[in-house]
Amino acid sequence: MIAWIDTIVQGVLLGGLYALFAMGLSLMFGVMRLVNIAHGDFILLAAFAGMALVAGLGVSPGVALLVLMPLAFAFGYGLQRGVLNFALGRDILPPLLITFGLSIVIQNALLQIFSADTRSIQAGALVTASLHLGEGLAVGWLPLMIFVSAIAVALALQWLFGATRIGRAFRAAADDSEAAQLMGVDNRHIYALATAIAMVVVAIAGVFHGIRTTIAPTDGPALLLYAFEAVVIGGLGSFWGTFAGGVILGVAQSIGFRLDPGWGILVGHLAFLAVLLVKPNGLFPKTR
Amino acid sequence: MDAAVKPTFKVLRATRASRAGGSIALILFAVLASLPFWADSSWLRLFAEFACFLVLAQMWNLLAGYGGLVSVGQQAFVGLGGYALVVLANHTTLNPFLCLPLAGLIAALLAVPTALVVFRLHGGYFAIGTWVVAEVYRLLFANASFLGGGSGTSLMALRGIPKATRESITFWIALVLAFGSVALVYWLLRSRQGLALTAIRDSEIAAASQGIDVRAVKFLVYVIAALGAGLAGALYFLSNLRISPDAAFGVNWTAYIIFIVVIGGIGTIEGPIVGTVIYFLLREFFGDFGTWYLMTLGLVAIVVMVKFPKGLWGYAMQRLDLRFFPVQRRVQFLEKETS
Amino acid sequence: MLATHNLTAFYGDFQALFGIDLQVDAGEIVSIIGANGAGKSTFLKTITGLLKAPRNAVRFEGRDIGGMPAHQIAQAGIAMVPEGRRLFASLSVEENLKMGAYTRRQGRFDLDAVYALLPVLKEKRTQPSTSLSGGQQQMAAIGRALLANPRLLICDEISLGLAPIVVKEIYEILGRIRKEGLTAIIVEQDVGMARLFSDRLYCFQEGRVSLSGRSDALSHEAISKAYFGV
Repeated sequence: MIAWIDTIVQGVLLGGLYALFAMGLSLMFGVMRLVNIAHGDFILLAAFAGMALVAGLGVSPGVALLVLMPLAFAFGYGLQRGVLNFALGRDILPPLLITFGLSIVIQNALLQIFSADTRSIQAGALVTASLHLGEGLAVGWLPLMIFVSAIAVALALQWLFGATRIGRAFRAAADDSEAAQLMGVDNRHIYALATAIAMVVVAIAGVFHGIRTTIAPTDGPALLLYAFEAVVIGGLGSFWGTFAGGVILGVAQSIGFRLDPGWGILVGHLAFLAVLLVKPNGLFPKTR
Repeated sequence: MDAAVKPTFKVLRATRASRAGGSIALILFAVLASLPFWADSSWLRLFAEFACFLVLAQMWNLLAGYGGLVSVGQQAFVGLGGYALVVLANHTTLNPFLCLPLAGLIAALLAVPTALVVFRLHGGYFAIGTWVVAEVYRLLFANASFLGGGSGTSLMALRGIPKATRESITFWIALVLAFGSVALVYWLLRSRQGLALTAIRDSEIAAASQGIDVRAVKFLVYVIAALGAGLAGALYFLSNLRISPDAAFGVNWTAYIIFIVVIGGIGTIEGPIVGTVIYFLLREFFGDFGTWYLMTLGLVAIVVMVKFPKGLWGYAMQRLDLRFFPVQRRVQFLEKETS
Repeated sequence: MLATHNLTAFYGDFQALFGIDLQVDAGEIVSIIGANGAGKSTFLKTITGLLKAPRNAVRFEGRDIGGMPAHQIAQAGIAMVPEGRRLFASLSVEENLKMGAYTRRQGRFDLDAVYALLPVLKEKRTQPSTSLSGGQQQMAAIGRALLANPRLLICDEISLGLAPIVVKEIYEILGRIRKEGLTAIIVEQDVGMARLFSDRLYCFQEGRVSLSGRSDALSHEAISKAYFGV
């Protein structure tokens, strides 16, 4: 019994990481209907950049993240204005193919620089430290920290979208980009800000991912799929839905892994397909 | 209207290039069919692989370029076709070559429940959804211990057949599939369904208002594309003799197909042919550069998408008004209006 | 205040406007009438920057604004009540109004002033904009445009699909703002209303100005001839 409670708890905490993966994807889709196929590769790019900073400069992972966040912001802004803005429009093909191309470029660039070896970000004792909760039940400080960070990011995004001028412009541009322009909204700038913020979330997700587990340059697509599944399970339109989607996926995988180590990811995918069949709009669709 | 008034226009469906194209295709087919009698066996293997990619590219073009279904999960059906061939050939008494069409049918059959799930997603989410389904198939086969699990299995059924015979028959199958896929897409696009498909591509809402069952047409296209991918997969592993989940269900299949179609020109029949030729040329000359080669492929695809969204063939067609496979109807006015 | 000179507009290869000359002076209300497809909406799109205009074809307060992006033109002081209202569906009523103030242009209208003018919006401020009735939505769209404190207000088909009594109410409100010195372009299907509410009137036909003059000086016959082209 306690083993199953442990499985669920670990799954929930894993879900925090998936929520971090998913929120950046959800943000870009929510504001500009842009499906970023390179999303997982961006997470890995951030993880490897974090690893290089930690290993190269000898700074702590926290400092590396603080350095990476503004860089990610600038990178996202430039990516949107320099490339992706040209692909937006009625036709869904260009953004899909361009981000797919980016995915391949990033994967092979990482392979070229870091080789195919798996590695991870060195974070010292943090990785193994845990909080004892009772007989046979302990939670690691790191997964807990990731989970709390995911909640913080969801809160921050909710505040940004719900209570600020930029957030209103994000939602207005998503509803009706032409009408938003008539209000004085510069869509190209707003879209670039959305991608910039998404990349900051990606940087947070990437560094945590790199500390928590081993990373290899070709892992990107898997991360994209987890992020995507969390978004669809949760239902489009709210960050808390995405968060819940991440947790559900995490729990499903955790249960799968417990049944058979070969099944973990498969059970996660199957949970996603089941939700898609039963509730195609996700479990927590926005009602308004 | 006065019954005596003669129509002042006629509807043209052929072009001069298309009439020439028909003869060229026949001659090409005949020449290629004789290849096993005089060419090196490495050529035969290369052509089999070429045919796989050509079939896949034609099918993906049909899906994305005409049907608006941007799938990045066609590897699902490549893998299913491949595995179906291996299982049927190894575990039944059927002739292994006859298993190939059956493998294609099995892939098409499995496309039906797959469509049920992925058609609940739209646009970009459909794309990633198809990918998830391909992963599900990959993981299922990776967990199937009687098929060797993650390390895969070999096609044993061909062991008794002499190498030359095996390679010749595989080549002829490849030849038929290559020409057949082009002919199928050509025929389909010129049929009633093709007209519906073009209407859907231009505007789904307008097509629906004209009484076209958009969902049914898309479903049909999806299943046909799965059939093609299944056949291509079966052909590939018939030629390679060894299959594993990662090789069968790898996303690289779709990555290369997309590169081929985008470079060649999406939404035309000629585009995928041109794209496949370019892809094989690039691979022959630069394939050894590994990651740099792949990075360049990705960058080239991005640049072509942004700068030449119709691909090389589309660009050439715009310049030269050249159509070997005209699928559109063109109205020619016989006399100038005099009023 | 606003003047167009030989303004043309294209959708791809299709030419929709053929050299429109139109002028709006400060404090003046100009109405544009015309049948469907006469080019009224296209004209508004080129003025507001949603459609690209030739560089020297549009002058606004001494500046060439032709070809400027829409958001800069909004910043310069042109606000539009678009056809079909086009409120932002996922925003509340008040958030929609705040979007009107996105340019942060200063002037007579802030949220309180708009609520004083349109009290019904204050009642419904926290509700989603989609929950409003047609007339209330139109008021929200007008309030949203007013919050931009525009130098020039453009109203596109504001009576479309509304009950006559609601139309009357909306024009009564616009009349109140007019007394404070409003400059506006009104595009209307309802020719009677357009004549009544404007100082001058332009009639469009097939992308050209077929008639223009003082609204009270144009005869019914002249207008219907210019309108239908017979």
